[in-house]
Amino acid sequence: MARILTVYGELLLRAMGQTLLLALCGLFFACIIGLIVGLMSVIKNRACRVIAAVFVDVIRGVPMIVLAYFVFFGVPYLFNTILGVGGVTLSALQAGTICLALNCGAYMAEIIRAGIESVDRGQMEAARSLGLPYWRSMYRVVLPQAIRTMIPSIINQFIITLKDTSILSVIGFPELVNTAKNVVANTFMSFQTWAIVAVMYLIVITALSRVAKVLERRMSRGR
Amino acid sequence: MKKLFAAVLALCLCLALTGAVAEDYVIATDTVFKPFEYTDASGSFVGIDVDILAAIAEDQGFTYTLNSLGWDAAIAACQAGQADGMIAGASITEERKASGWIFSDGYFDATQCMTVAAGSDIASFDDLAGKAVAVKTGAQGASYAESLKDQYGFQITYFEDSPTMYQAVIGGQTVACFEDTPIMAATIKENGLPLQIVEGSENAGSPYGFAIFNADKQELVDKFNAGLANIKANGKYDEILAKYLD
Repeated sequence: MARILTVYGELLLRAMGQTLLLALCGLFFACIIGLIVGLMSVIKNRACRVIAAVFVDVIRGVPMIVLAYFVFFGVPYLFNTILGVGGVTLSALQAGTICLALNCGAYMAEIIRAGIESVDRGQMEAARSLGLPYWRSMYRVVLPQAIRTMIPSIINQFIITLKDTSILSVIGFPELVNTAKNVVANTFMSFQTWAIVAVMYLIVITALSRVAKVLERRMSRGR
Repeated sequence: MKKLFAAVLALCLCLALTGAVAEDYVIATDTVFKPFEYTDASGSFVGIDVDILAAIAEDQGFTYTLNSLGWDAAIAACQAGQADGMIAGASITEERKASGWIFSDGYFDATQCMTVAAGSDIASFDDLAGKAVAVKTGAQGASYAESLKDQYGFQITYFEDSPTMYQAVIGGQTVACFEDTPIMAATIKENGLPLQIVEGSENAGSPYGFAIFNADKQELVDKFNAGLANIKANGKYDEILAKYLD
């Protein structure tokens, strides 16, 4: 165990950094996708609602490991071989970000939709009858109330996404699991390495949950 | 009736359990490491490792169950005592021995080489500067690439299995991969992959060994070594290699 820490400690720490980088990139775009798709699924326009529902169903219906192979290998193949647009390649970070953003985005969209729908219909009607335009009422009246109910689920989704980065080890992104596999292969010390990795994840995720709790309390104070 | 059924079920379970703990050794291996272990077109699990182990077991008169667990799981299974040994094209290295593993004599000498996409303009290690190359986690090709990385200034991307690694070169995500020469040559030929081995990129090579973790199972390594010497002497060994590498 001590040997792994002295020889590979720095490598594992750097891998944790890569994990966090990938999770952050993925979550950033997931929030954007989630917000857009979530809003699309509550507005009146039928076409928007159908598009949002299909997006969520497709992404939720495909395991992320399949999505990862598809994005990493399938997208360049689609462009280079089928469409004949040469030179399209995705780095593992780009492909990983796309996968996380799509996957987490779909779940976020559902959280946001449910959050908005949980706000009493009367709130929107009251705002509109006071003369506020639709988007203004959404932004000023409905969303602030919806966000409070969404926050715990969103934090939960963030943590799930952080852990899901491990799935992207299969496309060669040097995150923690991918790196740990190398350490295991070099040293043949399986349990010791995985124990270290588990503790590393645990520390980071526990710290994040604590920060999230503080954030949650602060957000709900405005009630 | 229900009680009878339960009794029969319990009996079956007991039999199944005793069946599993009979004299058999449990040997773990990788899932796909062509041509050392893979599932062929007819669905049977074959390969150099598989055949060598079978020949040695026959020669030494022991029985075994071969579990195709995958590379990482095979290592963990031996450590946990779920398997008695592993044969998965594992190179004999000092670092692995230092972790308490015991290796047999080498049963295969593999050299490693660099492979690029067909028609690639990479002609030597010098052309790799600033580019990414693919390797397989734990394979000797990975160690070879790691030893060249700083000198030639390229990055390494680690994949879990050979097919994914080849795909990364064919798809252009990386410019080259490092793989065992006989495996690479056989795979390119057999599957008609659009890849080519770069001439003069081979290293000196290192042997593959059968490995155990539990020192109490030393007799298994001894049997392996004795059997290996015998099948080398009686020509069976060459037969197996010829079957997979030509």
